[in-house]
Amino acid sequence: MTTPGRLPEPYGRDGSANLADILERVLDKGIVIAGDIRINLLDIELLTIKLRLIVASVDKAKEMGIDWWEDDPALSSGARRKELARENAELRERIAQLDPGRGQEKEA
Amino acid sequence: MTGLRYVYAVCRPFGTPLQAELTGVAGDPPRLLTHHGLVAVVSHVPERDFAEEPLRSRLEDLDWLTATARAHQGVIDALTVVTTPLPLRLATVFRDDSGVRTMLQAREADFRRTLDRLEGRVEWGVKLYADQPPADTGAPADKPATGRDYLRQRRSSVRAHEDLWQRAEEFANRLHETLSAVAEDSRLHPPQNATLSGVAGRNVLNAAYLVPRSRSEEFVELVDRTKDETTDFRVELTGPWAAYSFAGEKP
Repeated sequence: MTTPGRLPEPYGRDGSANLADILERVLDKGIVIAGDIRINLLDIELLTIKLRLIVASVDKAKEMGIDWWEDDPALSSGARRKELARENAELRERIAQLDPGRGQEKEA
Repeated sequence: MTGLRYVYAVCRPFGTPLQAELTGVAGDPPRLLTHHGLVAVVSHVPERDFAEEPLRSRLEDLDWLTATARAHQGVIDALTVVTTPLPLRLATVFRDDSGVRTMLQAREADFRRTLDRLEGRVEWGVKLYADQPPADTGAPADKPATGRDYLRQRRSSVRAHEDLWQRAEEFANRLHETLSAVAEDSRLHPPQNATLSGVAGRNVLNAAYLVPRSRSEEFVELVDRTKDETTDFRVELTGPWAAYSFAGEKP
């Protein structure tokens, strides 16, 4: 039998514990045992579990307004292309400002 | 139909009863199933949610997942007050009690070893956050007059960012070192994404510390003191958790 010692009062979890903290633990830590119902949490189609935080299918997440990955260059190739194009345009503009003569010379 | 068996945790028999009003996932109170001196904490769950097919789609439902995760954690929390539980991963489900007993028997040696290792210890979570510096540091004129000005402004803003992250990293390293001196073990987890956690600032450190109950007060005071050492960064403490991060075999 165990007789636990006194513990300090809980910190940072008064009733509304950060969901990310809870999910991080219950989905990603703890002991893995194959039960009779075989579900590999990692098989569930999840963008977010990859981020090891929260479970939602892409459609579900979009429905909920979680779509930030679409603009994150690390996660979306579309965003990466957009980012490059934006930077490219910005640099062109700056070059034109730095050296206003050049563009016109070429055109002439 | 008595439903399926959802297992929250495995522990040693404990004397103190769980709170009477405690309910687990699907609203069923957790029951104790004892086998060879080990206790599986179990509740009955309906097939309509926890059989393989429905469970798969339920897990994609964020509201359901949230409620289930909180209920799971609620039972683990209640156990942590009275004993040292080995928390199982969410949604560990068996057909019946005998399936649970078979599992307990098959893993008996592992469970005992891990229970011995974790006995009397809890987990504390410590996170460090740094707020983004303002985008245009010290540049009152929005539009640079020349290309050179632009580059200078850009360089100094990049430098301010780099400087901040570097200081954050140094602070995180020091903090981790200090806390590791009191903790028996630690794990560094990937930083949480601000969009999902809903916490402002960038999560620079996301660590878990295994601390004996008897030293927990000391650990909490130590964290509190480091909070006062900095105004640039935020230190966040959560716990005491069951030793989730330390229940698996050592990496």
